[in-house]
Order: sequence, then structure tokens, then C-alpha cells
Amino acid sequence: MDVVSQLQKQFIDFSSSLYREGYVDDQFSQLHKLQDESSPDFVVEVASLFFDDAEKLINSMARALEQPCVDFKQVDSHVHQLKGSSSSIGALRVKNVCIAFRSFCDAQNREGCMRCLQQVSHEYTMLKSKLQTLFRMEQQILAAGGSVPLE
Amino acid sequence: MTVEHVNGDQFPSGLRVLAVDDDPTCLLLLETLLRRCQYHVTTTSQAITALKLLRENKNKFDLVISDVHMPDMDGFKLLELVGLEMDLPVIMLSGNGDPKLVMKGITHGACDYLLKPVRIEELKNIWQHVVRRKKIDAKDQNNSDNQDKPHNGSGQAEGMGNSDQNGKLNKKRKDQNEDEDDEDDEDDHNHEDPTTQKKPRVVWSVELHRKFVAAVNQLGIDKAVPKKILDLMNVEKLTRENVASHLQKYRLYLKRISCVANQQANMVAALGSSDPSYLRMSSVNGLGNYHTVGGPGQFQNSTFRSFPASGMLGRLNAPAGLGMHGLPSSGMIPMRHAQNSDNTTNDQGKFHPALLPGSHSGNILQGMPTSLELDQLQLNKNITSISELPNTKDNTTFHVSSGFPDARIGFGRSTNPLLDVNNNPLFLEGHPQEAHSNKMFGNQSLMSLNSGSSSRLPDHGRCNDNWSSAVQSSGIQPNSFSLGGDYKQPTLHPGHLRDNLSTMALPIGNSPCDVSSLHPLSNRFQDPKADLQFQAVQDAPCRSNVMFSPLNSAVSINGDVGPLGQCLDTNKTFFHRSNEFDSLGQSNFVDHFSMKINEVQRSSMQASSNLKEGYLMGQQKTQGSYISTSVDSLEDLFMSSMVKEVRSYNLAFSSCQNAFINSFYTTLTIIVKNLLNLFNCLLLWFRTKRRKFSI
Repeated sequence: MDVVSQLQKQFIDFSSSLYREGYVDDQFSQLHKLQDESSPDFVVEVASLFFDDAEKLINSMARALEQPCVDFKQVDSHVHQLKGSSSSIGALRVKNVCIAFRSFCDAQNREGCMRCLQQVSHEYTMLKSKLQTLFRMEQQILAAGGSVPLE
Repeated sequence: MTVEHVNGDQFPSGLRVLAVDDDPTCLLLLETLLRRCQYHVTTTSQAITALKLLRENKNKFDLVISDVHMPDMDGFKLLELVGLEMDLPVIMLSGNGDPKLVMKGITHGACDYLLKPVRIEELKNIWQHVVRRKKIDAKDQNNSDNQDKPHNGSGQAEGMGNSDQNGKLNKKRKDQNEDEDDEDDEDDHNHEDPTTQKKPRVVWSVELHRKFVAAVNQLGIDKAVPKKILDLMNVEKLTRENVASHLQKYRLYLKRISCVANQQANMVAALGSSDPSYLRMSSVNGLGNYHTVGGPGQFQNSTFRSFPASGMLGRLNAPAGLGMHGLPSSGMIPMRHAQNSDNTTNDQGKFHPALLPGSHSGNILQGMPTSLELDQLQLNKNITSISELPNTKDNTTFHVSSGFPDARIGFGRSTNPLLDVNNNPLFLEGHPQEAHSNKMFGNQSLMSLNSGSSSRLPDHGRCNDNWSSAVQSSGIQPNSFSLGGDYKQPTLHPGHLRDNLSTMALPIGNSPCDVSSLHPLSNRFQDPKADLQFQAVQDAPCRSNVMFSPLNSAVSINGDVGPLGQCLDTNKTFFHRSNEFDSLGQSNFVDHFSMKINEVQRSSMQASSNLKEGYLMGQQKTQGSYISTSVDSLEDLFMSSMVKEVRSYNLAFSSCQNAFINSFYTTLTIIVKNLLNLFNCLLLWFRTKRRKFSI
């Protein structure tokens, strides 16, 4: 039981840190509320979807920005979508960067867009690793026989 | 849908929702949330799939939630389509809470506008929209698409929370935290019978819509009230609210079309900036079309309207109109003036104005170069449309007329492969003499257009060609030709047209040309229509009936081929239009047509008419290889036409074209054609300039 409670404690700490640091927000906890017996892996599912989608979007954005003649509308549309999905999942930081990104797109500022793209990419990578850690912890708790503490 | 009476926090379960969002993350989230609300959810990431699902079974869903930003189709477009076709409540979903977007959603008829990330509290309230809608229908209120909103705002006997919620929903919802749904509110009202009462959905068939449009036109678009419309329509089982909501949609549609048309006109104007009249016309056209609709006896216009409503016209007219408008706009104006009927025919009518009788045409000519461009545009458009649709001919013809006979000719012909460039040469020959020659050019182009189109369309195309050429030559505002009149049962067959053409004794001796041109037009409409055209042409005492092919003959009679051609054109347009509309304005058109024809005759010179005929004929003949030859000949023609009065032809032609084009083809055809024409025209124009009228 020690192991479980220890794991649980670790989990809670880590989870709170995520919230504190702004990686995720309230929406993320809402997702957890939606998870129940009928959909036990709901959060993981949504997160995986988000990861795939975000990666695709980031790659498209990078490609679009590399063009000699940048199609800002296209980039803007990608950013908009990424913003939508990140807000749906509760990825706060990513969403905020997207907001800034959009304003650069509107201004057709290529430099600004490139910077934002890097930032987005960075935030996304961080978020992904953190969430993966979180999910791993959950698995460990469940494997150890405990239950995942809710926020 | 089973609606359980709600007490406390409960809400109706079993609501069948269709969720559309291209973002898989959001879609999954939405689905889960909706399921949590105990709704039946169907999801799709494609708007097209969603439409398919909805169309399969209109009663399968109660509510649609759609994302705004989607790659395959704009969310607002989907919203409109769903509202028009299925009349289901639609909730928009977006990550962007910009008030402008929210407003756009509202004007397009959305029941609500949610922001991402969507929360379950908000989703728990969406059933209100379904209930409210049913309730409203049941109450037989004449609510617009925004009926929900007012109700929301007014707190229609719903729980306070609901009202507030609705009110909030109506407004731009930025702060989702504030969206505390009040599920506790008594929803007894909402769960009344209206909820379970499913009023049989009224399907606005083409026929029904035509009646509706006819009624609206009869009353005048401004004075059309649901009650009167309902009375006029005299259809059983149609309620006032059905009519009211349909009227609302129709108005929105018209507004959109006019915006598009105006844009088009502006665009054309921009192209033909040199021609102030043109610009004016364009704008006028854009507006004119609508005006014409309201015009007396403007069936055509109304028909157009009805088309858009039908969804067909809208597309056709819009693109066609656009292309056509640019040019024809000038023509349109005259058209309008000339005959109401003409105007009605446009959306195409817009084109006709271009043909403005005399005065306008002058302008048109002035703007020849530009108009050429425009024509080109239009031609292109026409061409495109023609190629696409049998009616496309109209487009081509349209351009021709609109463009200025001369300029157009070049364009129309060049653009339309079908167009008989060859015709032009023929035309040129016969033409040179008079001012009409200019017209002839136009005719030629028209012819080429026609021919071009006609070749495409076995019979229909003919009509178009003839039409355009007729229009051109006649320089009359064929608009007045009231193709509608032609609607009378097509007694004329393309063959007739041809004959007529030949009778015209065109120097060219292309008798079939006319017919062919007419055909395109008729094709569009379907045989009967084509016949109408022909018929109309024939019927008209004056040559007007002959417009299409008869124009030729008529023209010969009058000696003014031009008018006929124009008439034909107009007739064609009318024809097309009318055909589409079910010959609403047939009678009108005919009258107009005859009138026009007379006018044309007067205005156009005999020679020109001859030329036209020849032109027409030539067009038909040379359909295939026109472009190259025609281009050259066009240039010549163009030159001459430029010099001469083209106006009458233009006007007539444009009017005819307008009528036709509007009715026809989808925008694509027209646009493509126009573009082609435009290019050709420009080319010709330049050449002509260099050549210095070597004709």
C-alpha cells in the first residue's frame, strides 16, 4: 500500500504542478470527469488524438512557412484548428501561443510566425512528455492496485 | 425524439444530434459530452457526409452542431443548406468568438453559437432549440430564422434560466464560465405537445418554389407578406409560417446574390473601367436584376429569383450574372428600361442592360476595349457556362452582346471554341456596311458564341447562338424580347431557327447558325424550352419570336437582323429563364420580345441585320474552328463594329443574354467562358488596334 500511496502522492504532485505551471487548465479536469466506466480511457484517447492532430498541424504550418511565398491564410487556418483542439483538451500554454501566432498571421509577419511556430512546437513537445508521464503514473497506480486520485 | 418532461436538472434524452467537426479531438470530446447528456449522437468530420446523412432521412435528426471552420465546406454554408433544405436547428461551434462571426452565424440562421472548448453545461441546454422551434411552428408564428433568439430573449414561458441562457446564447458567448445553465428551470412549456408534435415538414419543391416566387414577384418583393403570398399560391397544406420562413430564406438568398452580383458588377466595372457606362450598368445590373424582379410583369426576373431559390438559379445567376453582369449590366439597364420583361429575365437581364438601347450601347462601345474584356469575361463565363450547360450558350452569347458586338465578337468567338470564329469573317463581310456591322460583329461573336455553344448543345446551343447574335445584331434590347413569350410551347425547333437565319439572307449564308445558337439556349431548358424560344420567336408577330433563329427570318423581314438577333438572344435568355421558371414570364416575354424586335428593327439597320444573319449562320457553321479564324475576323469585325453603332445590338443582345444566361448554367460555365472571351477579346482588341480596321 505504501507503494500505491506513494505513487498516488507523486501523481497528485505532478498533476498539480501541471496545473500550476499552466500546461493544462480546467478543461483537462473536465475531461477527467467525463471518464467513467463506459469510457475508462477517455482522457488518454483524447490526448492521443490531440497529439496526432497537433503534430500534423505543426508540420503543415512549418511547411507552409517555408514556402517562398507564404500562404498566411493557410497557416492561419492551421493555427486556428490547433487552437481549437488545444483548448478542447485543456492545453493552456499551447493555446496561448496559438493566439499570439494568429495575430502574427494576420499581420503577415513571417518572422513572428516562425518564432511562434517554434514556440508552439516547444510547448507541444513539453506538454506531450508531461502528459505521457502523467499517464504512465496512472498506469503504475492502477497496476499497483490503487485507484487514480482525482484532482 | 422522446422528450421527457423535465424536472429539476433533467433534460430531454434521446435527442438525435448530428455533430460535424473536422478536428478529431474536438469531435470526440463533443461526442462524449453529448452522450453524457444522454443524446443520441452521430458524428462526422466531413460537411458533405453530414449533408448526405441529413438528406437521406430528413427526420433522422433533431439538431445539428457544426464547426465553423471546416476544410471541405464553410460551416455557414452548411448552416444555410441545412436550414433551407431540412429546416433543422443548427448550432455553430467555433474556437473563434469574434462578434462578427457570431453575427454571421445568426444571420445565416444559426440557433446558437458555442465557443470551444465546449462545455457540458451548454450542451445540456441545446434541446431548447429543438423544442422552441417546434413550439414556434405550432404556434403558427411568423418567425424568422432568428425566432429562437427572440424567444430566447423574451423568455418565452421558459424557466428564467433558460431565457437568460438563451439570451446569453444569443449574444456572443465569450465567457463560458458564465454559462450556467439552468437546467432546473421548469421546462414544462418546452415539453409540451409542440415538442412531440412533429409538424410535417414542407418540402419546397421546384414547382412550389416557382409558385412562391411568382407570388412574390406579383406582390413585389417589398410588399410580399406571407399571408398574401400564401393566398396567391393557393396551395393546400401550406401554412403561413411555412411561407414566412421560406420568404425569409429567400430574402437572405437574394441579398447574397445581389452582393455577389454587385461584386461581379464591380469587378466587371473594374475591368471595363474605361467605360463608365459599363460600370454603371454593371452595378445597375446587379441591382437591376433584382429590381427587375420586382418589375411589373417581370416574370423573368422573378423566375430568376425563383431559381436561386431553387438553388439552381442562384448558382447560375450568380456566376452567370456576374460574368454577364459585368458586361451586360449595361445591357441590362436598357433592358430594364426597354421592357420589364427583359429585366426580369435577368438575372441575366443584367446583361441586357448592357444592350441598352442606343444610348447605352454607345457607352458600351466606348468601353469596348474594356468591354471587350468584360465581354471576354462574360464570354468566358458564358462559355464556361455554355460548355457546361446547354445553356451556356447564353453565356457566350451573352458576352457577345454584352461585350459589344465588336469587342465581343472577338472574345466570344475566340473564347468559345464552339463559337464560330468563322462566322465572324462571314459576318464581317456582310457587315461592313453599316453601323450595324458593328453589331454584326457582336452578332458574330454572338454567333460564334452561339455556334460554339450550339455545337455543344445539340439543339439548345443553337438557340443561344442565335440568340446572342440576334441580340447583337439587333442591338435591340433583346431583353424586351421577352423570351418568356417564347416560352410558349416550342413550336420552333432549332431547325426553324436555322431557316430563319437563312431567310435573313445573311451574306454569310449561314442559316444554321441561328438555329444552333438558339439551341444552346433551349438545350438548357430542355427541349420544350428551346421550342419556346423558337416559338417565341416565331410567335412574336414581329420577328421577335424569331429571335432565335426566327430572328434571322424576322430580321429579314424587318430588315433588321440585328434586332432579331438580339431578340433572339433576349428571347433565348428569356427562354432559358422562362424555361427554368416554368415559363412564368412567357407571355411577358413574348410581348416584350416582339416589342423589342420592333425596336430592334427600327434601330438596327437592315444591313446589320443581314450581317447578323450571316453572322449567325456563320457562327453555326464555323463552330468548330472558330476561334482562330474568328479571332481574326473578329478583330476586323470588332473594329468595324466599334466604329458603328453597336449599341442597339449590344443592348438587345445583352438583354437577351441576360435573360438567357441568368437562367442558365452554373456559374462555372459562365465564368470560364467569360474568361476565355475576355482573353480573346483583349487579344483581338489589341490586334484591331494595330490593324486599324482593316476591314
